[in-house]
Amino acid sequence: MSPRGGLHGVLLHVDLATGQSTLLEPSAEDYALYLGGKGLGGRLLREHSHRSWDDPELPLILCAGPLTGTIAPTSGRATLLCRSPQTGGLGDANVGGQLGTELKRAGLDGVVITGRAPRPTGVCITDRSVRLEDASAFTGQTTGRICAALQGHGAVLCTGPAAEHGVRFASLCVDRHHAAGRTGLGLVAASRNLKFLTIQGTGRVPVADPQGLKAAREDILRLTAASPVLMGQNGFTCFGTGALFDLMHSRRMMPTHNFRRTRFDAAPELNAVALRRRYAPRKGGCKGCHILCKKYTAEGLPLPEFETLSHFSALIGNPDLDLVVRANLLCNELGLDTISAASTLACHAELRGRDLAPDEVLPLLEDMGWGRGLGRELGRGSLAHATAQGRPELSMSVKGLELPAYDPRGAYGMALAYAFSTRGGCHLRAYPISHEILRKPVATDRFTLAGKARIIKISEDMNAVVDSLTACKFVFFAAGLEEYARALCAVTGEERTGQDLLRLGERMDYQERLLNACWGFDARQDDLPPRFFTESGSGGEGLEIPPLDREEFLAARQRYYRIRGLDSAGRPLPERAEALGLPWPPGLARPGEEG
Amino acid sequence: MRPLLDKYAARLEVAGLALPGGALLAGLDDELCWNRDGAGLQDPRIPVLAGLFQELAVNSLVCTAPPEPHAGIIRYLARQALERGESCIKPQDCETRTFLHDLPVLERLELPALLQGLSRRKGAIVLRGGTGAESGPLLVALGQVSPEQGFVSVSSLAFACFVKFFADAQALALARDRQGGADPALVQALRKAVAHLHPVAPPALEADPGLLRGPFPDPETVHRALCEAGRAVVRHRLVDSFFGNISCLHAGVLYISQTGSSLDELEGHVDPCPLDGSSTAALTASSELTAHLDALARTGGRTLLHGHPPFCVVQSLDCAVEHCPGKGRCHLECSRERAVHGVPIVPGEVGSGPHGLCHTLPPALERHGTAIVHGHGLFAVGYEDFNAPFAELLRVERLCRESCLERLRGAWPEAFAPATFGQAGAGTL
Repeated sequence: MSPRGGLHGVLLHVDLATGQSTLLEPSAEDYALYLGGKGLGGRLLREHSHRSWDDPELPLILCAGPLTGTIAPTSGRATLLCRSPQTGGLGDANVGGQLGTELKRAGLDGVVITGRAPRPTGVCITDRSVRLEDASAFTGQTTGRICAALQGHGAVLCTGPAAEHGVRFASLCVDRHHAAGRTGLGLVAASRNLKFLTIQGTGRVPVADPQGLKAAREDILRLTAASPVLMGQNGFTCFGTGALFDLMHSRRMMPTHNFRRTRFDAAPELNAVALRRRYAPRKGGCKGCHILCKKYTAEGLPLPEFETLSHFSALIGNPDLDLVVRANLLCNELGLDTISAASTLACHAELRGRDLAPDEVLPLLEDMGWGRGLGRELGRGSLAHATAQGRPELSMSVKGLELPAYDPRGAYGMALAYAFSTRGGCHLRAYPISHEILRKPVATDRFTLAGKARIIKISEDMNAVVDSLTACKFVFFAAGLEEYARALCAVTGEERTGQDLLRLGERMDYQERLLNACWGFDARQDDLPPRFFTESGSGGEGLEIPPLDREEFLAARQRYYRIRGLDSAGRPLPERAEALGLPWPPGLARPGEEG
Repeated sequence: MRPLLDKYAARLEVAGLALPGGALLAGLDDELCWNRDGAGLQDPRIPVLAGLFQELAVNSLVCTAPPEPHAGIIRYLARQALERGESCIKPQDCETRTFLHDLPVLERLELPALLQGLSRRKGAIVLRGGTGAESGPLLVALGQVSPEQGFVSVSSLAFACFVKFFADAQALALARDRQGGADPALVQALRKAVAHLHPVAPPALEADPGLLRGPFPDPETVHRALCEAGRAVVRHRLVDSFFGNISCLHAGVLYISQTGSSLDELEGHVDPCPLDGSSTAALTASSELTAHLDALARTGGRTLLHGHPPFCVVQSLDCAVEHCPGKGRCHLECSRERAVHGVPIVPGEVGSGPHGLCHTLPPALERHGTAIVHGHGLFAVGYEDFNAPFAELLRVERLCRESCLERLRGAWPEAFAPATFGQAGAGTL
């Protein structure tokens, strides 16, 4: 296939077992229906619904999108997919840095990795040529050391000690300071003996209509300039995502002490302003991004983003900002997902009936990363740890993926978003915080479930497209698919509207649900920990934070199932799959056929 | 969903964008509901509009046949576009540039055309909304989160058309070459529009708006004053939908309307922004927070009020310079010092970008206390309370309206023939 613009029509397949590589050419139809990024990756993954996460023939997929490598704002991203060792369901992560851009400059739309190498191995891609290297010397090395050693080889993706030691939520480090953090993709790589991947390219991404892309870019930049969340003096460009910290505190929805409370008294001393005063950060970000939401110390060390700032402070009851910063650095070096790591510590603290002492935090993280002592147990994640203690309800997770830093009792749409997310406890599938808290595109009532089922469904479809274009979800606090469709048209030369893209997003989402259904997921996992239905949050100053109403939640869930085209048990329906042009997975029982 | 539909149907009427009972709104969660009951559901537009929910990923719809002056203006502009073979109108006001981009124009209320227009943009204009008495133009807009989106889009469509109509007419009047005489359609549209303009505020209100007197002793009074002034701005049609913003300094805190808040519904939607920079909780503050802070710091003022008075916006677009090298970029930069009725007009886009009004507006306010941002609206500083800035909004809007209509009367006196006086808007020249 020779697409007009945005895509090369080619993926690189690397077999780590044989050391062979070949070029794959997805069909024009697949590109048209799945775009790239997460959509195309999901398309490739669906042939492997019968495989366990550690089956070497289950591909680990890296895909960029048609906008990646162009001047479309925030498009310098890529998506990694596989089956998650942490949840058993879909595992994916959208990541910045230079990875996606170098991939496209190398003349590739993606890389598909199968097989298990006989020893720790590095895959080095330069334009379309591949070289495998013995990476045994990197065993036991931190991600910082590995990235430093591979400097000059283009974009770098690597695992850290956590992946080597079987941590279920081991992350993939990208370009030293970015992470494909969630769902344990680092462990997937480690199970294949994939230690690192470097990509560098010298090519350019073809664009059908450069002037049209320039105009679309200007429209998007104008909208981001008008966004107080992104470019305002309290926004991400100035303070990073940590700008959300004070807002969550003021809205009384900051997860505290393993979600037992929703307000942390020490929060005002730990906010983004405190980080700025303490560390005088400089800006950074993904390749080509103008928002520059990442913040670094003068020495170039990353400062924690919002989720990490909140979870390593309030969630574990830690009032020490320096400890938060050190915990963030340590997780990055070890290759640990910060959200899952902090949440597992918080769960552990509640299980043992005693808060963590400050001097326990870093040693426990070290033990997790190196697979030592209690750390070995904690490295299984909060659900496994709590279940082993007979208290699974104390794991604040959905489908085994620990929840991020928005308490759902403070934003009911988020309650639905967490429950229905195809990768587990994740805010990024639907991100209703945009309208429930940040008032974009308009404000909705955060304390109601009314109307939220459809809003969540549409948002999930939209973000599936965003992860396939690819673009950063933050920019969608300002722009929309209306503007990005015009960018896509200019790049590819193919006319599409925002609504056309939403139809593709619906298919991508349903494709994920079919996969999850193959892996045993249904309504039983589309749920929240019981705490949210039985315990109040931390109300005050005239604001109550009651528990979620269980009956209303279940009614909203049924509405969502009807809207999404699932049966009342949350399982896909053949007629909906057919209407979306998706094949029914072999081996998946149709409703009514179960024994 | 029904309460929201009813709310925005009522707001359309208050804003002069719908006749009583005339707005048609729908919302979809797992079931579709309308703001109509019983016989109201026999509206012939419903089957066509319902088709939008089957084909598009939306959860809400707003449809209205706006009364005059909007109906005639929209009809004229839509007809002009279709006669030129164009599928959209491209106004130059800030709301269009930033959010709407262009306004799709459809000939009739037919599903295929609606799908084409509304797949691409947030809202569309339908020239012929139906048959017989209901054959006037319609504004149709969709939302994916709330009917408020449709309300905002419809409001912006009407505002953009209003501004474009009068700005284009002014430019035409200014043109020296009027070969062929006046376009009868323009004259007719102008006559109707002028006859139905919203009445000018009484002089007594301009002299003394009667708002809460400052300085305000405590935050509670600040909140009351903000809410009161916001309601006044909306009541007098000095801002549409959820645009505009308002702020007040008190005890080291700037109290400012939240982004996307409606000025007549500010209760609970004011963000306190500490001047010591100790918190980022004002992340949801107006996109013009930086401009407000800088302007009040420069002027020593206590309050700042911003609206989109339509004739102020019209006049900001009015420039007599021919063959200007900066034409088309007037909203970004201007080589000249422009003013209308002594009020400076400055370029500047919404927010904090490189061309943001946060760079151009505060210096202008420092010099004059009042300023208009090109294609956008008017900002006015107060030193005690909101009486002076509100009066300034009224005064400048009145002057801009008078001067605009004066020029148009000079060019097309037939549109201002005595028969038009005695109706709503009469005596406003």
